[in-house]
Parts: sequence; C-alpha cells; structure tokens
Amino acid sequence: MTELFMLSALGLMLSLFLGLLRVLLGPGVGDRMLATQLIGTVGVGMLLLLSVLLDQPALIDVALLLALLAAVAAAAFTGQQKTHHD
Amino acid sequence: MIDILSSILILAGVFFYLAGSIGLLRLPDLYSRLHALTKADNLGLGLLIAGLTLHSPELLTILKLLLIWLAVLAASATSAHLIARQARRQETGA
Repeated sequence: MTELFMLSALGLMLSLFLGLLRVLLGPGVGDRMLATQLIGTVGVGMLLLLSVLLDQPALIDVALLLALLAAVAAAAFTGQQKTHHD
Repeated sequence: MIDILSSILILAGVFFYLAGSIGLLRLPDLYSRLHALTKADNLGLGLLIAGLTLHSPELLTILKLLLIWLAVLAASATSAHLIARQARRQETGA
C-alpha cells in the first residue's frame, strides 16, 4: 500500500506542476486564479495522502484549514478586482 | 478486498486530478478551463477521500475527511461562480 500512496503523491505532484505552468502562462488574471484554486485542492489531497503515509493524523487538520481558506482567496480576488475597476 | 477497492478509488482520484490539470493547461478559454478545474476539485478529491476513508480505523477521522470534502465542494462552487462572473463582467465592460 505504501508504494501506491507514494505513486499517488507523485501523480499529484505532476498535477501541481501543470497547475504552476498555467500560472506562468496566464494569460488573464482569472486563469491564474483558477490555477491557484487547483494548486490548493492538490495540496489538500497531498496532505491527506501524507497523513496516512507518515501516520500523522494532525495533517488532516492542516488539510481542513487549507480547504477552508481556499474559498477566501477567490472571494478576496474578486473583491479586489471590483474595487480596482470602480 | 478493502485494500483493492481503496487502491482503485485512490488511483481513480489521481486520474481525475491529472485530467483536470491537463484540461486546465490545454483547453482554449477561461470558461472551459473552469469546467476542467471543477472536475479535479469535486471528483478527484472525492474519490481520493473515499479511498482514504476505507483505511482509517476511527469514525472521527472519517467524519473529518468527509467534512474536508464538503468544504472543498462549497469552496470550489463558490470560487468558480465568482471567477466566471468576474471574467464575464470584464468581457462586457460593465
């Protein structure tokens, strides 16, 4: 099972890399924000995998916090864009 | 038996993550990228969590994992909506 978890974490790593590539390419701010959302979700998945792999139950709480903060980032982005345009 | 089921679920989750990020990279415009992203968020993490719950011995851990999934579902729905509306507003210039 350990190998499978390692392999899955590696797959998530690849997903993270592709997301970072999208952040780099742009072209708009919306696209970059979407990629950041993906990176957040990949981070949650990876923390959950690592919590089982390393036998650290506390990492689940970290993942929960990351999941809760993901929505705040998008809301802050939209709010900032709105005041910028007015 | 449980190990096999959990492996299948986790690998399916990773597949959806990869499909979502490839879609985010390859699809032509923001709205279709939004579509790819929500697949990764909802299905990828959902299947991954379903696979991991089969491994956890305690009920509290399982409930916490499900709570994380619900939080990500709510977050991804909200942020997809906000980003799409923002992009549309910029397009129409309103």
